[in-house]
Amino acid sequence: MSATDTGSSRNALCLECDLSALSFSRSFRSMENLSRWDGTISSSEFRIAATTLSEKWKVINPEFPPWTWIDSPKPFWVTSSKVEGYLSLETYSYKFSSDNVDNTQAHRNLIDTLCGYRSSCQKEEPVDFENEEELVDSATLVLNDDDQEELHHYDFHIVYSNSYRVPVLYFRGYRSDGQILTLDEVERDLPANSLKVLRESKWTFITQEGRLSVRVSRSQALEHPLLNRPWYTLHPCGTSEWMKLLFLGGYSQAKDGSSSGSVMQQYLVSWLSVVGQAVGLNVPLEMISDFHRVCTI
Amino acid sequence: MVGVGSEAQKYVWEGAIPLQIHLHESEITTLPSPEPALILAPRIGYLPLLVPQIKPYFSDTLPPGVDTVWFDFKGMPLKWYIPTGVLFDLLCLEPERPWNLTVHFRGYPGDLLSPCEGEDSVKWSYINSLKEAAYIINGNSKNVMNMSQIDQFELWRSVLNREMEAYLRISSKLKLGIVGEDYTKIVMSPRQSNNEADSVGPSRAGRIPVRLYVRNVGEYTDDLEDVPPVDSWDRICYMNKPVEIQREEGKILNLYDAIKMLLPEFFPDEPSIDEELSKLELEDEPGIGGSNLSDPDPDTNTVRKTELVTVKNETQLYPSHPTGKSEIKLVRIQGIEPKLDIPFSWVVTNLIYPEHFLHMCVCVGVSQDPSKTS
Repeated sequence: MSATDTGSSRNALCLECDLSALSFSRSFRSMENLSRWDGTISSSEFRIAATTLSEKWKVINPEFPPWTWIDSPKPFWVTSSKVEGYLSLETYSYKFSSDNVDNTQAHRNLIDTLCGYRSSCQKEEPVDFENEEELVDSATLVLNDDDQEELHHYDFHIVYSNSYRVPVLYFRGYRSDGQILTLDEVERDLPANSLKVLRESKWTFITQEGRLSVRVSRSQALEHPLLNRPWYTLHPCGTSEWMKLLFLGGYSQAKDGSSSGSVMQQYLVSWLSVVGQAVGLNVPLEMISDFHRVCTI
Repeated sequence: MVGVGSEAQKYVWEGAIPLQIHLHESEITTLPSPEPALILAPRIGYLPLLVPQIKPYFSDTLPPGVDTVWFDFKGMPLKWYIPTGVLFDLLCLEPERPWNLTVHFRGYPGDLLSPCEGEDSVKWSYINSLKEAAYIINGNSKNVMNMSQIDQFELWRSVLNREMEAYLRISSKLKLGIVGEDYTKIVMSPRQSNNEADSVGPSRAGRIPVRLYVRNVGEYTDDLEDVPPVDSWDRICYMNKPVEIQREEGKILNLYDAIKMLLPEFFPDEPSIDEELSKLELEDEPGIGGSNLSDPDPDTNTVRKTELVTVKNETQLYPSHPTGKSEIKLVRIQGIEPKLDIPFSWVVTNLIYPEHFLHMCVCVGVSQDPSKTS
């Protein structure tokens, strides 16, 4: 991937690079190495995974707003064309999603799929996590019955964190007139389980070790690292851990390590399938099944 | 060394900035106008923590309403989660004492600043930063997340009350020791090790939590007083940028090398760090290069503040940009401009803030297309 390629690609995921030419920095070339993987990705891997998520989302979820790659504002002293960026999905409406009657079923399927990883993982890898209910609990959505209530729009950004070396979800909600929602209003829109998790973990962290759950501290307005404005975020400190578990579970079914590149491409899809639940942003089952298929090829 | 701290650390912990705080004129409802409040603000502290002390000065004159306190400096709203010392170093290039700030109790600019509900928000933000630093150093935040309630409470209290010894005692349990005791090698905790303290190999990769603030002072560099004040955060580039260290034993990474890693754009056509190091003998700086925090001998351990300040007889500290127009003008950490040949490990150990980040304010002179900054 040359610098020129990335520089000219505003609003488009323009990654014409040959995946096989990329050196996956933490050596994804074999199963053996994958078991030692720490669950993090590099910023270039993030970009590749972003392409995959964006493309799959468009195909499988055409009625939703797309995930679009946005180049970050370049620091003023940087003259090279090497730029960072983030994924953006804007004007998502919870009303829209909660009208979708298939939602809950799709969610259950998703949970089943994920739990499938879990059990296969237990069979082959004595990984230390146990609680199935964690995920099942999170399958409920708050459905807003009051039709009179106005529509809330949400913007979601997926930004790569250099500190945590994982993706971080930032989001904000606003009314049709553009007024930003308060944390209380946002919490009313969030799925019931995430609300519970967020409330309980403001200061007392969730410390159960090894559980496959969305480990979040309280969702709070922090600064969007690229926009210098307050956005809400889910804390990324547990991400690498559960991503590792998720991948080990899925990957342990693979017969060999040849599809490791594909697995890395799937990183964001898998990540969003977990994180999205906390904010009611559901990854359609098809996207996950696809990952499952990749893993079992 | 647990619970004692170096002399430089004591300077950092005791550091304070005299503030003269004015109530914004739109919130003055009585005559005569209230006098400004004079208050000493700890460098390692945060502005919202001063509110209980400031409020009594102005409470009689405020218009009716609910308090949502925020500060500005020459019209620029101050980010409350940035330590006060960093705000001062960054925004007040030619230090004014007292530092004149404006306080507002109404009209919170929620589109620019994260909401702040007093001490609780600051504490949350502090712990969040600490977790991030722990993750950068150790590859996970477990030590912070698994802290006992008592330790969490005590740790925060020690920061709040500037009790360095209590702080060092508790924070040592977090195993965030960034560098080894010996400057001849950089001993780092591996990212995914369960017994990081014990397994020290000859060569180690490590990451150091750095929060970098870059401000363009443009052409106004001869006299810092001439630099116009910043009016928007959009004109300052700030980011968390871990410094990745992969050093072999026997080599010393100094501040210059670290800055070069953080801002490579300002070091074109420079020899590699290795070449640089071979040229750079630290033997002429025994007081610093040879000092050791665990060294009980006060003669070698003492590092006076004056020794750290760069004497401005060095005409060219940093290389110029190829265009001849872009260069680093100033690096300020904890109110001082450290000499560039100080081992980076010394800088980190002594000048970090209590959330284990090293906050570096960098002023650069970049002449550029004005449309990009406005």
